[in-house]
Amino acid sequence: MNECLVPEQERPIRRAKLTTAPILLSAPLVVFLTVFFFAPLAVMLSYSVRNNEVPSVLPHLSKAIATWDGRGLPPDSVFSALALDLRSNNDSMALGEAARRLDFEAPGYRALLFKTARRLQAEQTSTASRDELTNIDARWSNPRYWLALNRATARLTPAFFLAAFDLKIDDVGHIVRVEDDRRVYLDTFLRTFQIAGTVTLLCLVLGYPIAFAITVLPRRLAAALTFSVILPFWTSLLVRTSAWIVVLSKDGVVNSFLTRLGVISEPLQLIFNRTGLYIVMVHILLPFMVLPIRSVMNGISPNYMKASASLGAHPCLGFFKVYLPLTLPGVGAGCLMTFIIAIGYYITPALVGGAGDNMISFFIAFHTNSVINWGMAAALGVVLLSAVLLIFGTFGRLLGFSRIVALK
Amino acid sequence: MKTNRIITAYSLIMMLFLLGPLLAFLPISFSSASFLSYPLPGYSLQWYEKVLQPTPWMFALRNSLIVGSLSTALATVLGTAAAFGLTRKNFRGSSLVLALIVSPMIVPVIVTAVGTYFMFAKFGLVATFSGLVIAHTVLGVPFVVITVSSTLQTFDNRLLQAACGLGASPIHAFFTIVLPIIANGVIAGAIFAFVTSFDDVVVAIFIGGPQQKTLPRQMFEGIKDNIDPSILAMSAILLLVTILLMVFLSLLRRR
Repeated sequence: MNECLVPEQERPIRRAKLTTAPILLSAPLVVFLTVFFFAPLAVMLSYSVRNNEVPSVLPHLSKAIATWDGRGLPPDSVFSALALDLRSNNDSMALGEAARRLDFEAPGYRALLFKTARRLQAEQTSTASRDELTNIDARWSNPRYWLALNRATARLTPAFFLAAFDLKIDDVGHIVRVEDDRRVYLDTFLRTFQIAGTVTLLCLVLGYPIAFAITVLPRRLAAALTFSVILPFWTSLLVRTSAWIVVLSKDGVVNSFLTRLGVISEPLQLIFNRTGLYIVMVHILLPFMVLPIRSVMNGISPNYMKASASLGAHPCLGFFKVYLPLTLPGVGAGCLMTFIIAIGYYITPALVGGAGDNMISFFIAFHTNSVINWGMAAALGVVLLSAVLLIFGTFGRLLGFSRIVALK
Repeated sequence: MKTNRIITAYSLIMMLFLLGPLLAFLPISFSSASFLSYPLPGYSLQWYEKVLQPTPWMFALRNSLIVGSLSTALATVLGTAAAFGLTRKNFRGSSLVLALIVSPMIVPVIVTAVGTYFMFAKFGLVATFSGLVIAHTVLGVPFVVITVSSTLQTFDNRLLQAACGLGASPIHAFFTIVLPIIANGVIAGAIFAFVTSFDDVVVAIFIGGPQQKTLPRQMFEGIKDNIDPSILAMSAILLLVTILLMVFLSLLRRR
């Protein structure tokens, strides 16, 4: 009762609070996501072009080599700067990172750098640095290794992005393709798109009739079908993956069933290869195709088909001319979501794919955890992210973003 | 009539494809042997006994529950507040803010995980519970915002105006008027956020350490190294929980 007895003049103030305060309610989440989602993406972007491994270990050299014009061999001052930096280095971890970065520019650099550092620290001589270095290893008289140093000490580097497309800068500064045996990423990107495209197509071919069946079947059967689409959707990815491993393995349910029927004499290899990957990915992604198509179909009045039939169209013609075009927004949303999720897949290819079925996520994880080349991982990640945003931006605008996002 | 029969037959085949694998593995989890194929030599509960041991399974389950519930709580509070703000009529640019908020759904999880790993490595948040909770909150919060926003679309704003006109403070009005009405949406959003955290492997691999090993990560490593029926026993338990959750959600929607 008491709360109702508010003096008249207080009300406008309350009203003002009512309109501005709620907007502030969005602020905590926006701040949270800026710090813990957008900032990490920005860090990744910066790692993909940053070049600080070598300058942090070889500070004098980095300063000295900046004055070199890149022709022939660098001046004496650069040689002495390198000798000084290597001699005074006492952080072998950082030296290792620099060596790895240089090895990326010119294979064999790691061994060269470690050998030189070890020898320089072991003996103190009064000879000129140029002679001293070339005595330790003749490669120091090869401009190639100095050019690699020059590239690795620039403030920013395009090397990782170039490498993501199997390109590099050669010793004369041209962008060229890497050696045949090192071309992995372009193929992997193509494979990633091909796998995602195939899975999307399979989901569409299988999913469209499912969505249609849900809208036309008698209620009970439709409910059962809906349940069988939604249950896998909610079930843990790993539960589904292990279930499929049991079903598809050499002595699994499918193989023993087919053998008993006499269809096959030898068990088929159905898992740990591309076939298995397609089967499991389609099973996982099918709901993302069926649900948006179904929700569009639910909104289509049966009168349209009745009208086309009463105007004399054959049901088939009516379906293709009237019904199908009406469902296209759902088809578009389903395909877009399925494709976008599929190109980022990591867990499923790792568990049920074969050795030749690695998708780009595998290399992002590989460079982050196994070889610790964060620049490379970041560049591949940025390329993948850009591809997703480009596809989503282009097709999402056509379809209306709200339809796609409000999926679940 | 003929087309109807084709549609029915197709539906049954698809139901077999969708549900078959989830049913086919269940009997093997009761096997007395350690291989994964039929026929079973006999029945036992040994694999269920094994997953109920403290290590590694119950330890992983405990971690998953801790991380899941903390990140769900955080995502629900932040997401509900944001959704409430976003659905105000006079909020210009709300669609831009909404796009930013749901972007973790679009960005590939591997990209989010690696970016977060790079940044958390700087601040010592890798291999900590707080790091994992934060990263899972990022993944789960878009679902809360979307679910709560769609519930709020049907909320009658005049109720709020009436409450404030009668002198309730906005906060008081929110908790006594708005929250009870949108409670179902909030609970559904929280369930989405929890499932997202509970099902995540990728972020758990990068951000979690051995002490934060979650259930999906334990299963991932198990499947990768040496798959045995204990993984199937765990899967059966999770499947049961999933079905219960689905029933609960559909009851929630019906209300």
